[in-house]
Amino acid sequence: MRDTDEQPIDGRRQFLKCMAWAGAGTLWLMNGGVLSAKPLTSAGSAAAADATFSFVQISDSHIGFHKAPNMDVAATLRASLAMVNAQSTRPDFLLHTGDLTHLSRPEEFDTLTGLMQDAHPSKVFYVPGEHDVIGDNGAEFFRRFGERQQNGGWYSFDHRGVHFVGLINVLNLKAGGLGSLGSDQLAWLKKDLASLSADTPLVVFAHMPLWSLYPQWGWGTDDGDEAVSYMRRFGSVSVLNGHIHQIQQKVEGTITFYTARSTAYPQPAPGVGPGPGPMKDVAPSDLHRHLGIRDVRHVQGNHLLAITDEVMS
Amino acid sequence: MSVLRILQTLALSAALSATAPLAFAANTTSVAPAKSYAVDIRNFAFSPRTLTVPAGARVVWTNRDDEPHVVTSAGGQFTMSKALDTSDSYAVTFTHAGTYGYFCSIHPMMVGTIIVQ
Repeated sequence: MRDTDEQPIDGRRQFLKCMAWAGAGTLWLMNGGVLSAKPLTSAGSAAAADATFSFVQISDSHIGFHKAPNMDVAATLRASLAMVNAQSTRPDFLLHTGDLTHLSRPEEFDTLTGLMQDAHPSKVFYVPGEHDVIGDNGAEFFRRFGERQQNGGWYSFDHRGVHFVGLINVLNLKAGGLGSLGSDQLAWLKKDLASLSADTPLVVFAHMPLWSLYPQWGWGTDDGDEAVSYMRRFGSVSVLNGHIHQIQQKVEGTITFYTARSTAYPQPAPGVGPGPGPMKDVAPSDLHRHLGIRDVRHVQGNHLLAITDEVMS
Repeated sequence: MSVLRILQTLALSAALSATAPLAFAANTTSVAPAKSYAVDIRNFAFSPRTLTVPAGARVVWTNRDDEPHVVTSAGGQFTMSKALDTSDSYAVTFTHAGTYGYFCSIHPMMVGTIIVQ
């Protein structure tokens, strides 16, 4: 690591500077029912002026984690939130797609709550990650961050013509399985979407990827295909997930799946290395190399062209 | 922290070793002290994945990952652990013969089996 001979303070400052860059959120712009992703920098602001509205996705803040490559995950979350507030066009709300905390500890939830409050976002919608439901099946998470629409914690809402759905796929997990939605949630989802016209833009968010991204590492949802089958008749569907601490994208007809970066630390690409733990040997100055630049994809829907820009910096 | 836990484990083992023969003295004349068997949690896997132990054995899981893990019985046959952070351990004493499947409740693709003979 190049920074080892620097003074600790300078090294740390440099480290945080890089991590702030690496841990930024994603600015989502909605324009005519088409969602596009922009890097959360000043460059994103110009495009935001033309959008119907925008919102920001942040994910995997893992408050409580304190090891390489990030000894201060609170600082990197704070830096990400500062970038949200630096936008010239204020996002309508934030989505946090789970793993707020590392170990579901009350003091970790307290820290997360304090950091979010300090940033004064207009509104934050949360879904839990598996790290947020340890030991109590998410009772503490739902008490603090739940939308209290349904007993299971899942919910939906409409915002300026777009239908948003928050799903829970980190509870009641089975030995040898992946993420799970369960029959109750699927029945609710089917009903929730049934009354919508096919030209309603959908944004569905959950912690674990809804598609089988890399099942060997648990990156998928056992009954995700069933949920996705309810969405196929819609002209514009965006599925936003976290969990894997890196950007991955898949386009399937009118449905685009995205995973978001973590505000805390990167994880390896699918199948690279022995397991999906933190990439602890990554030098701060090398982080961008692991995040990569992805293709811009065009999806011809029934009535509209969905252009999905991958996040990059 | 981990040293303290190990000491606690050792102390507990010693206590069990001391009391176990007394507790079972009425039933049998030759009860061996509870022996500990280790299962490492490393790279999102239990090692060994299948462990065969005699009845009365104490199985100790230790998390060697930077990620937390939770040892959970697949059939609710034993109490699940708390979130095990790096170097944390969790022990279960298996008194009855049988096959005990378990997994990590937050990384459910991680599965293991304890066979008690």
